[in-house]
Amino acid sequence: MSDFEPTIVAFFCNWCTFTAADLAGTSRLAYPPNIRIIRVMCTGMVDPKYVIKALLEGADGVLVSGCNPGDCHYINGNFKARRRIKLLKEIIEQFGFEPQRLRLTWIGASDGIRFSEIMREMTDQIKRLGPSAARLKMVI
Amino acid sequence: MAKTARIEVKDQDLLGALRSFLKTVLNREEISAVLAPWRLPMKNRVMPTLIMDPQQLDQADPLAPAFAINSARVLSRLTRKPVGGQVAAVMRPCEIRAFVELVKLKQGRTEDLVIIGLDCLGAYSNRDYFRWATDPPEASTQKFSRAVLTGAGAAMDGVDLAPACKACEAPTAEGADIAIGLFGVDTAKELFVQARTGKGESLLGKLGLAETSEPSARPRALEQLMAGRIAYRDAMFEQTRAATETAEKLSAYLADCINCYNCRVACPVCYCRECVFVTDVFDHEPSQYLRWAEHRGAVKLPTDTLFYHLTRLAHMSTACVGCGQCSNACPNGIPLMELFRSVAHRTQAAFGYLAGRRLDEKPPLTEFRENEFPEVVGIGEGKTAA
Repeated sequence: MSDFEPTIVAFFCNWCTFTAADLAGTSRLAYPPNIRIIRVMCTGMVDPKYVIKALLEGADGVLVSGCNPGDCHYINGNFKARRRIKLLKEIIEQFGFEPQRLRLTWIGASDGIRFSEIMREMTDQIKRLGPSAARLKMVI
Repeated sequence: MAKTARIEVKDQDLLGALRSFLKTVLNREEISAVLAPWRLPMKNRVMPTLIMDPQQLDQADPLAPAFAINSARVLSRLTRKPVGGQVAAVMRPCEIRAFVELVKLKQGRTEDLVIIGLDCLGAYSNRDYFRWATDPPEASTQKFSRAVLTGAGAAMDGVDLAPACKACEAPTAEGADIAIGLFGVDTAKELFVQARTGKGESLLGKLGLAETSEPSARPRALEQLMAGRIAYRDAMFEQTRAATETAEKLSAYLADCINCYNCRVACPVCYCRECVFVTDVFDHEPSQYLRWAEHRGAVKLPTDTLFYHLTRLAHMSTACVGCGQCSNACPNGIPLMELFRSVAHRTQAAFGYLAGRRLDEKPPLTEFRENEFPEVVGIGEGKTAA
């Protein structure tokens, strides 16, 4: 599976992780091109159905990333996101999606280096898992 | 210790005893109406009905194995604003639990309401009930309740309890103001009444029933009933999980789905006033279908079948009370209750939540704590890095 290039759909909050991605870019830090970024204002607005849709469409991984605890621009959106991710993991695991395919991280705006590291880690991990079952088999 | 009393049963007429109890309730000045399962005059069917004329209570039938609709839905409509009087609602335990969930979502109120709950004898699926219910209606209910309460079981004439009822481990009316006990009670002679709230206690105190204590056989009878139900339920979970353990298997499980959304309409806790799946969010550009077909080689229409069911699970699984109306409503006989309950059991456990248990427990996704679920944050396998 060494030539497998996963597709990872990433929902980044405008204020922290997306800013960190920007910082990584302006600092010329490389990270894998497997990450497909969707900027949202807050991880608290990531509706569970965005994640479900991504997985059913054949995304090999979904990453939701926002501000560190206490740093949320909207006070507690990241804590609400954490409950939704918990809920989603419980649901998707029952249908054979490995829990590692859905991740939540907190990356602050100044953490450009950490950002590129985490993108590499996530990509490596999904590469090890292989393609998602929803990519290989027809889902209705 | 909550107040307990007994309703006398004459000539083994269980329904008669319940009806005269409901009449006593309706005759109270403070009670304006009774909402109860009621026999329609034109056909042997039982529907939730709002009754103000005490004479009409002669057609009330809370014991019939008919469960066409979860009455939490109608009670939600009835109580969304002050109704202008107090209503006594006779409900099944799963209906009470669903109503509790709706009240938490501000889609119903418990003011102006006294909930009278009965030990639930279970119900047949709609299809089975329609087949089974014959005239005279009176006799069919008596036959059913006697069979269940004597331990002969609900299976008769080629029909049996709906799977939701067979798997129900909560058949007593925990959330009621006044709960009427049947299991482990000598129902040939009496019914066991228990006030579970202050409201229930104050009403029960005015009904002039003889006080009594819990029948000694009741705890044991309930324990036995639960053990059987839990065994059935756990086997059902196991079977459903095996049948849906991959996206491909889940697709096969739901292959007969025609996206009619009846399960969502029948679900008492599918709370969105307008479901996103019927909004223009899903009016895709016609060319989009071509792109999907191109991407995958083929796309089944209507699209988004799994997407719908998984989204519904994300919405309602933490509120699922296991009433089984989803299965009842499915035109193609998909065992939806089995699927939804299996997932709900797990998601509710994840948040230490039990749908409909208590009014003061907030729905899991309406709150959060600052330090919780460290295991879902971070990338490293096994690591819980912040």
